Amino acid sequence: MRIEDIQVPGKLSKTETELRVSFLEHVGMIPGGEKLKACIQCGTCTGSCPVSYAMDIPPRELIALFRAGDLETIFRSNSIWTCASCYACQVRCPAAIKITDIIYALKQTAMERKIYSRKFPVHAIYNAFMKNMRRFGRLNEPRLMTYYFLISGFWKAFAFLPLAFRMAVKGRLDYRASKIKDIKNLRKILKAAEQLDMPVEYEVKPYMESAVGYKAVG
Amino acid sequence: MQYTYYPGCSLHSAHKGYDESCKSVFEALGCSLQELPDWNCCGATIYMSNREFTSLAVAARNLALAEAQQQDLVAPCSACYRVLNKSNHYFHNSGELLEKVNGCLAEAGLHYCGTVRVRHPLDVLINDVGLEIIRHQVKKPLHGLKIANYYGCQIVRPEHVFDDCENPMTMDNLFESLGAENVYFPFKVSCCGGMLMTTTENVALRLSKEILENARENAADCIVTTCPLCQMNLEAYQRRINRVYGTRLSMPILFFTQVMGVALGIDEKRLGISRNFYRCERLETIARSASESHYATTVNA
Repeated sequence: MRIEDIQVPGKLSKTETELRVSFLEHVGMIPGGEKLKACIQCGTCTGSCPVSYAMDIPPRELIALFRAGDLETIFRSNSIWTCASCYACQVRCPAAIKITDIIYALKQTAMERKIYSRKFPVHAIYNAFMKNMRRFGRLNEPRLMTYYFLISGFWKAFAFLPLAFRMAVKGRLDYRASKIKDIKNLRKILKAAEQLDMPVEYEVKPYMESAVGYKAVG
Repeated sequence: MQYTYYPGCSLHSAHKGYDESCKSVFEALGCSLQELPDWNCCGATIYMSNREFTSLAVAARNLALAEAQQQDLVAPCSACYRVLNKSNHYFHNSGELLEKVNGCLAEAGLHYCGTVRVRHPLDVLINDVGLEIIRHQVKKPLHGLKIANYYGCQIVRPEHVFDDCENPMTMDNLFESLGAENVYFPFKVSCCGGMLMTTTENVALRLSKEILENARENAADCIVTTCPLCQMNLEAYQRRINRVYGTRLSMPILFFTQVMGVALGIDEKRLGISRNFYRCERLETIARSASESHYATTVNA
């Protein structure tokens, strides 16, 4: 947030407004996503999370920060990339908030707006996966790892060589990617779907009470 | 009983043992699995969390292909099971979403109405085949084998379709009826770290270490799991865990169909047990022993 924004109380920065619209659009896709407003800040999610010790902002605080109108802080933290998708928080939440799915919505917004800390290589594996999908229609793990190492740093591959060797001995490493027969049509589906998934340009709105906190989700 | 089989990418590469054992067990119990023709990757957690709508369209292609077969779709991989189930759930909830997805599928001449049921092999074995019939097929009861049942996250969460999400019991009941002993294992639904093993390794190593150590403390001979990614994390990274934490773990990690296959008297080669890194000696002894034909009657008496 720029200093001018802080000096004018109640004004959201351009990025913040854009982020909120984008995030809320993703939340709108989740069945029951609007329950986000029902958070009572009890901390069951943080307590259930097996990786909250490694997050700089635990799940409960993610929701608090969203409410306070500070999504940018969330995206600059490692939290959303540390989530292992175990859904422990989601099934235990007394307010039935789909926390894991909301973290997914945060990830989608971050990837869309390219706001993530460069320290975390997670986005690299995401890109590698999508490339693999478009090319073969099926996932080939050794190729995925190769792409990943090329993007995130090839020296990391050396630590994986002994493991790759052991896998190969047991007949569990297959570098030949199997391509699906109907790959052309799959690519057509991917193209059509990606167009609907594309980020839309948002106009910057001035601060409104309805854009922050509970009111933002209706 | 006939089912459409969706093996998923990992069962065709790094976890062939699960694929082989799953087919053998279903065959031994008189169920036929027909592989879904020209299936594509389900999109897994990565696609789902990154491009949600695209991932729904990718999953919908599989569902549309399965719909033409008019049978339940069996997905052994936990990630595939969860993604396909979750997408199905979304389509049931929102007709608008299904319409949008069908718009994309139309590019390939496909259409999905939303009638497919996605099942996990564990669900099929317990609820369709039934423990009673399985017990009658047992040739080599698993007496003396101590098992830690590890369900992992994704078959019980977020939608608990066939079992409880905090304390699932289907696999415990299954192995109890096969004669094995289930050890106390509070980590049965804990997270192994999943994808974090490649991106934030130190976090995932700690989670996996806790699961492995707990199984060893409770004197389990092996950990039995349903998820390829859990099997990979717990088995292939054991050496690294030993190096980082100074532990001396060598815990065999088996798929539930592999252990079940041994009890049903299926040849070890058809179960892919030799593909695992760690050998479970007690299970091998049972596999070598002569088969007992009166197991079901002794249990009933």
